[in-house]
Amino acid sequence: MNNILYLLLRRLRTPLIILIVVYSISVLGFVLIPGEDDQGNVYHMDFFHAFYFVSFMGSTIGFGEIPYAFTPAQRMWAMLSIYATVIAWLYGIGTSLALLQEPMFGRMLRRRSFKASVKRLNEPFYLVCGYGVTGSVIVRQLVRRDVRVVVLDHKSDRIDGLEMDELSLPVPALCADAALPDVLDDAGLQHPNCIGVMALTDMDQTNLSIAIASKLLCPDRMVISRTESDTTTANLNSFGTDLVVDPFKTYAQYLSLAAHAPYMHLVYDWIHNPFHRPLSSVYQTTKGRWIICGHGRFGRALYKAFDESDVDLTVVDLDGSKNKDLPHQVTGVGTEAVTLSEAGVMDAVGIVAGTPNDADNLSIIMTAREMNPKILTVVRQNIHANKLVYHNSRADFIMEPGRIIANRILAHVKSPLVPVFIEEMLKKHNDVWAHTLINRMSSVVGENELDSWAFTINEEETPALMEAFEQGEELKLSLFFKNPHNRNRNLHAFPLMLRREGNIDMLPGELDQLQPGDEILICGLNKANRRMQWTANNYNVLQYILTGNDASNSLLSRLLQKT
Amino acid sequence: MNKDKVIFAFFIVLALTLNFGFFLGDIDNPEHHNVFEFFAAITVSLICTVLKFGDRTHLGALMLATSLVADLQLVIAACIWGYAVQVSGVGMDASNMSSVVSLSGGALLANIISVILLVVESAMLRR
Repeated sequence: MNNILYLLLRRLRTPLIILIVVYSISVLGFVLIPGEDDQGNVYHMDFFHAFYFVSFMGSTIGFGEIPYAFTPAQRMWAMLSIYATVIAWLYGIGTSLALLQEPMFGRMLRRRSFKASVKRLNEPFYLVCGYGVTGSVIVRQLVRRDVRVVVLDHKSDRIDGLEMDELSLPVPALCADAALPDVLDDAGLQHPNCIGVMALTDMDQTNLSIAIASKLLCPDRMVISRTESDTTTANLNSFGTDLVVDPFKTYAQYLSLAAHAPYMHLVYDWIHNPFHRPLSSVYQTTKGRWIICGHGRFGRALYKAFDESDVDLTVVDLDGSKNKDLPHQVTGVGTEAVTLSEAGVMDAVGIVAGTPNDADNLSIIMTAREMNPKILTVVRQNIHANKLVYHNSRADFIMEPGRIIANRILAHVKSPLVPVFIEEMLKKHNDVWAHTLINRMSSVVGENELDSWAFTINEEETPALMEAFEQGEELKLSLFFKNPHNRNRNLHAFPLMLRREGNIDMLPGELDQLQPGDEILICGLNKANRRMQWTANNYNVLQYILTGNDASNSLLSRLLQKT
Repeated sequence: MNKDKVIFAFFIVLALTLNFGFFLGDIDNPEHHNVFEFFAAITVSLICTVLKFGDRTHLGALMLATSLVADLQLVIAACIWGYAVQVSGVGMDASNMSSVVSLSGGALLANIISVILLVVESAMLRR
């Protein structure tokens, strides 16, 4: 606020002084120049009338010559004054209009209104820095869940794009460099309602400074950052960033899962991806030899992930000299049939087109499919604008870094239990177990989005349950899955995991006893989540579900029942 | 020598001296108080105010405040003068004159503070 006012005053200094000077000279002139009254006597205008005359003359209203008709000398002075005052006004108005049109002034105004709207937020919100592919997916999903978001990006066209996106909640957005702490501060970094900061810009250095600023100012707040290099990852982890997402590593893990455990891969996909793959898309013939084209960041991460899962690999790369230690490798881009047949495309089960060039990648999978129609194709999409061609490329997997990061982060935001579940599944269970689980998921949600959410049994999240515990009632896990409208019907959801004092119980039975402090991860339709909130928060609904008794359970009636 | 500073100090001191010149004399005697001097005092005081615009320092804010006080006092005095001569029908009598002069005395105080602040500011400059 102050900045704008000072700027305005400073710029208007000269026009205002000119206006004062012109007015006072004009007034003085009229007072000094002798006039003539209606009897022909010499008459001197006083200051009051002179100021009156100059005021309406300067504003070009012009009531005429008062109080008596002017002498030629007065008219001459009036003529001069008219031009002088009109020019002074034009100059003043012109300067202020020019100031209003200046981009800097507009920026200051926008910054000010942004700061004010962030300050007014009285609900928990996330601060998202970077509104690229990842940022826009995350913001859209969060807004769909009625979570407030504040957006920063240094490109103005992205901020314009945000305004065009027609989100259902107002999203305060500012075009500014998120690496600057004062910008972050204006965006609510120290706001008590800010529950998380997401550093999603495409520059590692910027993400790093956002994460550091956030951790320094508010050590307990969740910070999520994307990264593209191992050094940044290590750096981010060193000061306790809550989640660091490397798109290449994440996708490499995802893909290697598809190669060695197709059903686990589907479970992972269903939990993470709002538009999950159909059940029928399971690839039975994923075991065998894979070809990786391009040994860059993605290729290396993939090689590492595949290597751990004992898959036979051939690497095709333009520069064969830099990775001498690889057992099978072919030099070339992979777009020509010669290179591909040398790499053994005829008997490979899958090919990964992972070069940083989109046209090359598409060419690789098209050539490969021509030579071996049954081959699995994985293609990396580098530029979001190529969506249309990629969508029609009929590739089995499209790896788009932005979406991967977004899905990974959204899963973390839904509940920190999701990554724990995935890790536990990968460690302790096999593909047959995953097959049963995916069938169960499919029967619950069908083609709809599989949502997941979590409850912690405590005063804050499940007040009704805590009250029932205080009454000495025993509660079973099954109460969550009964429909509050009709307790004989079940909700479309089931428990994935129960964590009690660090012990993890995967797919707990519905008859398990609950205890305060339990953390339950649940998956199912989003509708079921809303119904479940009823049970968890309303004691009457809980009583109905437990006993079928729909009576009022106010404190008074409970006391009356006891006596 | 800084030209801006010269202009700035010139107007502030001029506002004080004009104000002082007008204030001198018997408080209720219209003969002792020149209307042109009063007009000049108002004009210079307004210019001073505009010159002080846009200074973000603490001292700058104080100076702007004193200037606004002087303006307020002088403009009210001018209104009384205009009312006495043009509207009341009594003309410039002793009681009206004394209220005009006492208001300008208030403005004089504000202008003195303004000059003191100017001196303080230049004393703080270590050059």
